[in-house]
Amino acid sequence: MENPHSATLTQEQGSSLWRDGWIRLCKNHMALFGLGVMVFFCVIALLTPWIAPYGYEQQDLQLGASPPSAAHWLGTDIFGRDMLTRIMYGSRVSLLVGFVATGVALVIGVLWGTVAGYAGGRVDAVMMRLVDILYALPFMIFIVLLMVVFGRNILLLFLAIGAVEWLTMARIVRGQVQNLRHQEFIEAAFSMGLSRWIIIRRHLIPNTLGPVIVYTTLTIPNVMLLEAFLSFLGLGIQPPQSSWGLLISHGVESMEEYPWLLIFPGLALSITLFALNFLGDGLRDALDPRASKD
Amino acid sequence: MLRFILSRLLQAIPVLLVVITVTFLLVRCAPGGPFSAEKAVPPEVVRALEAQYRLDQPIWQQYLSYLGDLAQGEFGPSFRYPGRSVNELIAGGLPITAELAFYAMLVAILIGVCAGVIAALRPNTPQDYLPMSAAMLGICMPSFLMGPLLVLVFGIWLEWLPVSGWGELAGDKVLPAITLGTGYAAYIARLSRGGMLEVMSQDYIRTARAKGLPERVVVLKHALRGGLIPVVAFLGPAFAGLLSGSFVVETIFQIPGLGRFYVQAAFNRDYTMILGTTVFFATLIVLFNLLADIIAVWINPKMRHQLSRSR
Repeated sequence: MENPHSATLTQEQGSSLWRDGWIRLCKNHMALFGLGVMVFFCVIALLTPWIAPYGYEQQDLQLGASPPSAAHWLGTDIFGRDMLTRIMYGSRVSLLVGFVATGVALVIGVLWGTVAGYAGGRVDAVMMRLVDILYALPFMIFIVLLMVVFGRNILLLFLAIGAVEWLTMARIVRGQVQNLRHQEFIEAAFSMGLSRWIIIRRHLIPNTLGPVIVYTTLTIPNVMLLEAFLSFLGLGIQPPQSSWGLLISHGVESMEEYPWLLIFPGLALSITLFALNFLGDGLRDALDPRASKD
Repeated sequence: MLRFILSRLLQAIPVLLVVITVTFLLVRCAPGGPFSAEKAVPPEVVRALEAQYRLDQPIWQQYLSYLGDLAQGEFGPSFRYPGRSVNELIAGGLPITAELAFYAMLVAILIGVCAGVIAALRPNTPQDYLPMSAAMLGICMPSFLMGPLLVLVFGIWLEWLPVSGWGELAGDKVLPAITLGTGYAAYIARLSRGGMLEVMSQDYIRTARAKGLPERVVVLKHALRGGLIPVVAFLGPAFAGLLSGSFVVETIFQIPGLGRFYVQAAFNRDYTMILGTTVFFATLIVLFNLLADIIAVWINPKMRHQLSRSR
């Protein structure tokens, strides 16, 4: 819930709302830790082609699967490929899916929710009824179906996951916009002759940002989990591309002899999910003080 | 109440129709006919097969006759395994998946509610942080990671429990149930903590304490019912999650349940099988969401009241 008084704040005080949030976030050590981990992982993922210790496809068949050592910090897989390198390349796909699919959900959800909340009346009823119907659909199964029918295409994966995750976003934004719509500053903007689109873009959407940021942060781990789940079943990312889910699935096949092939990609995924969830919880407490922590 | 249930049942019908239609169209849109993977088959065989599976009819006729089959409880044949049908596989796999889901739910509710209530009794103390950190760990440890790790530790290194199978060796149901249940235990713990915290600050709890009731009675008899409302609302989505979770768990532990059949059908591109199973899953999920909604209204007197007042 946005602070209703933010409407009457002047520019300097308006920015202090965000500064307040930042100060609150800084007091939450777990959230800061989560933020740090995510920044670190993202930088590593971006720089991977230049800083990876070995080539992505570089094999050392004579070495085979070897446990962690000085030359290969996280060991090597059965083809003698460096695990650290493979996990770093895998992080690029996993994080990319997480961010892009969440971005798709964000755009659809915010636009849908804003239009429904702003239009109100019958338009709102129809739009939200559609969301209700889609909510009841078993989407997990539909994604599996989509991946089977249209081939395992990474672009489709983005769209399919994004198409699932926008529903909650639309509901949150609509609730926000409905609350804001009848407040004086929107009426003032309207009486000044601003067009609807400008009111939506300049006044409504920015005021919904707090909850949207919080929910976005909590959507990214869900999306990454979904991708890993599909890749684990062999329905997501296909080799030679790699993601953490795929590495875990390969690791399971030989975990008895070479447990590090399972443990390290698993750790990478778990730490990321951990960091994102803590960051999301921290952001909720910081930006959304009235929302209860469940 | 009856009117509420009836109206909800009526609302479920369009949802199911959408599911059936979309699934049907998707499967029919799939590139490559069901027989294209086969080696050169004589045209008359293809025609006979197409006639058997009604592929020679126009698509709307296929759709209508499939709806007719569904109305009679026929989910369709299997392309890959002639003579087997979706109904047979459901009959064989459903009891196993249902049993697995039941145990998993039991694990989830027992652990989750206990942890959540314990945490809510003393918020912001170690008694709160410890179970809630464990819950966070449960959320961040997906079943496809948790399962193999449990197998590795308890099955292979310690050799305490069997690593796969279902109902063959003693204790082989323990690891799958725990694997499937822990993630939901974590969510339920968070939800019941939140619900309990909110309820414990209400006036009627203060009244109960002022009457001199022992804390145990206050918590178990007065607070728990209200505190668990968010958990009940979660049960519908949780059930849908359990079904898709069974894909992974049944694959890991080689359990001959519905989830494993579904994944196999997806790999074999057994389109009629996918169609039938998807429709079946969707029906189940819609029904369970309905059930969860009804239970949520039933245990929440406020919502019941609203319902009767709005009439």
